[in-house]
Amino acid sequence: MPKLLLLFISSAVVNNFVLAKFLGNCPFLGVSKEVNTSLGMGVATTFVMVMSGVATWLINHYLLIPLELQYMQTIVFILAIATLVQFVEMVMKKYTPALHRALGIYLPLITTNCAVLGLAVMAVRESYSFIETVVFALGGGIGFSLALALMAGLREDMKEDLIPEAFRGPAIALITAGIMAMAFMGFSGILPS
Amino acid sequence: MAKKSLFKEFVKGLWEEHPNFVMLIGLCPTLAVTTSAMNGLAMGIATTFVIVCSSILISLMRKIIPDEVRLPSYIIIVATFVTIVDLALNAYFPEIYQLLGIFIPLIVVNCIVLGRAEAFASRNGVIASAIDGLGMGFGFTWGLIVLSSIRELLAKGSIFGMTIFGESFKPIQIFGQAPGAFIILGFIVGLVNFININAKRKRELQKISDRSQAA
Repeated sequence: MPKLLLLFISSAVVNNFVLAKFLGNCPFLGVSKEVNTSLGMGVATTFVMVMSGVATWLINHYLLIPLELQYMQTIVFILAIATLVQFVEMVMKKYTPALHRALGIYLPLITTNCAVLGLAVMAVRESYSFIETVVFALGGGIGFSLALALMAGLREDMKEDLIPEAFRGPAIALITAGIMAMAFMGFSGILPS
Repeated sequence: MAKKSLFKEFVKGLWEEHPNFVMLIGLCPTLAVTTSAMNGLAMGIATTFVIVCSSILISLMRKIIPDEVRLPSYIIIVATFVTIVDLALNAYFPEIYQLLGIFIPLIVVNCIVLGRAEAFASRNGVIASAIDGLGMGFGFTWGLIVLSSIRELLAKGSIFGMTIFGESFKPIQIFGQAPGAFIILGFIVGLVNFININAKRKRELQKISDRSQAA
């Protein structure tokens, strides 16, 4: 149990997907203008990350390894993720239309979020067990949502500030992200080395 | 297609629609692998290869692929070339393969590659698509080299492994780590914006003075 808890904290804050591992930076800068939309994106991404973590683990262990097709990993994983996202969208549309209206627009974007494929590839390279993969995916998703929501909060506050014209928008957002990354480095003391 | 417009397709990726500094796409590898100039160059070449090859193939197949399944088809084509790069680097350049790590398979989800497929290669001829891909790839590569050289210089005092600053230079570790990548890219984007805004203003002033002279 403590090992799983450490893995969760590690993937959520210490080795934050966005701020320490540089995964999912496109939505991090693109969808972080308002807190509400960023939370929607965060929830949808976390959901897809856990689902695809499970799916790719199963595919890897019951299909690729027995057939010795590991070199097909990239192609098979990205196809599985794309199919999964499409499937989740269809299920949501049919059974939970309200949720679909709220999260639907983010779903197509998630296929090309490198945090999702990155998670699948990392879980294989670290040879995580099934439970570890789920915990790693959940932690990663929550860490992504946390970084996204914090960034959106900061950007909402900065809207009224006097920023030099050239630095408005993405430039100042990147510098803010750098300072946030420094703050997140402070968490590294939590993990026993 | 005329020669002049082909040249235009090539050049637009180098500055006007520069993928990292102006469009801000493909940021994950841009930030992650630019710890040294050599890494930046390797990633740039690998990505350029994937963009050019997949643009050519997608452009060739643009009339066969049905519209409804075009994105999954593009993803498969891109993933195939990424697998080729992955296996080739693993076989011939194991050190670079180790350093770039998971960012080689992640070229599949680099928005630049799919973006060019969707926005350009699916609508244009083979040669134009190849030139467009090459321009974007070169733009991406020089972006990576600039960012990684600055980071390597500040964090290690060298560029491409050659020592630039002498013994007395104290490395600034933070620029080799995550925060430094964000901050330096932020300043470069700001600088590029500044140059573009000034150029635009100058053009407008020129136009006004031309008009007043004509009057």
